[in-house]
Amino acid sequence: MKRISVLSMGFAAVLALTAHAQSPDVPKLADVAGRYAITQSSRIGFTVGQVGGGGIKGVFGNFAGTFDLRADDLAHSAVSFELRPESVSTGQARIDNFLRSGAVFDTTHFDRISFRSARVEQTGRDTARIVGTLTAKGRSSSETFDVTLANRQGNRITFNVTGRIFRSRYGMDVGTPIYSNVVQFDMLINGQR
Amino acid sequence: MRDAADRYGRGTIILHWLIAVLILGLLVLGFVMTRPWIDPALQFSLYQWHKSFGMLTLLLAVVRLLHSLLGARVRPPTGLGHLERRMSKAMHLLLATLAVIVPLAGWAVASASPLEIPTFAFNLIDVPHLPLQKSDAGEAFWSTTHARLAYSILALVALHSTAALYHHYGRRDDVLLRMLGRAKTPAGKPSTECVP
Ligand code: HEM
Repeated sequence: MKRISVLSMGFAAVLALTAHAQSPDVPKLADVAGRYAITQSSRIGFTVGQVGGGGIKGVFGNFAGTFDLRADDLAHSAVSFELRPESVSTGQARIDNFLRSGAVFDTTHFDRISFRSARVEQTGRDTARIVGTLTAKGRSSSETFDVTLANRQGNRITFNVTGRIFRSRYGMDVGTPIYSNVVQFDMLINGQR
Repeated sequence: MRDAADRYGRGTIILHWLIAVLILGLLVLGFVMTRPWIDPALQFSLYQWHKSFGMLTLLLAVVRLLHSLLGARVRPPTGLGHLERRMSKAMHLLLATLAVIVPLAGWAVASASPLEIPTFAFNLIDVPHLPLQKSDAGEAFWSTTHARLAYSILALVALHSTAALYHHYGRRDDVLLRMLGRAKTPAGKPSTECVP
């Protein structure tokens, strides 16, 4: 479910660029337009809260994706992201194995989680919202990610992407209400043109 | 719950059978949920039920232990030898104590585990962890202790039930009946005396 954020980042970048087109300190949209590959230096982090505070924090180490920033048509910029749920890591092997099992990701039968953007909406000077379809464990649902442009240098661009996913939509609601139904994604997406 | 000299109060009887059913249920649940072949989602939820009913048992067992230590004693059945009396007293005290210690050890398993899975009793009460250091070794220690004590209680329950059945069918006294609240015979008199 974490792949979604990557897509969102791409959109955010597009938005940010458009927004900045008017001010002199902001990169011109034409400067940042292009097709970016999401690099391995990105961080796909997530948190699931638990009763009494604290919770499970983890990352996905194996992912890939691209985003297309369109100079002329921000709304049709596109993000495509995929991650391998077996690469989940929480620092607790027993929790990782539980997440990989049929109780949660069921990685034997569903080895990928994917996100495809449908549209991008600019929400601020350097922020955007990406709406798209998240597919996990054989179920697809529309999800929204918030993107903030974090950095841009030459052909590299970085976005912060956050999103709240209800795991019950993907048949992963084991452990509720001890563990929250909401998976909070907090991602740093690095793109390379 | 007040007990007369020759009969148990209603509260004592209810508590006795409630704890008995809970402990037997928890033994079965504890055994099943720890089998390695069990479905992981089902396993998670069985663990949570086990912890919820286990905490309830702890609460009831503390009440029962205090009551048996502080409350009035029901007279022992007549015809028991000195050794038999002492053995049965010791057995009852041991069972009542283990009924407290076994769930405490279970609580220690959950508390020492580095997984820090909350004990959210019946999805209502967030039971705090005992102040134990969290480590895999600590969890393993308490897990073994909890399992050994739990299966010891099962062995003692088997002896205790055999003794109760022996009283009923062998000695034909009212020891089992009075814990069922059905003893009709005068205090201390074996029920056989009522049979012509
Ligand atoms: C009278 C009450 C209880 C009884 C009779 C009981 C019995 C058992 C039994 C038979 C097992 C399986 C042991 C094995 O084969 O490995 C078990 C495991 C367990 N019990 Fe209990 N239990 C009680 C109360 C509790 C309580 C109150 C808690 C926690 C709040 C608890 C937590 C656990 C846990 C976490 C395990 C699994 C240990 C492991 O993974 O090895 N139990 N219990």
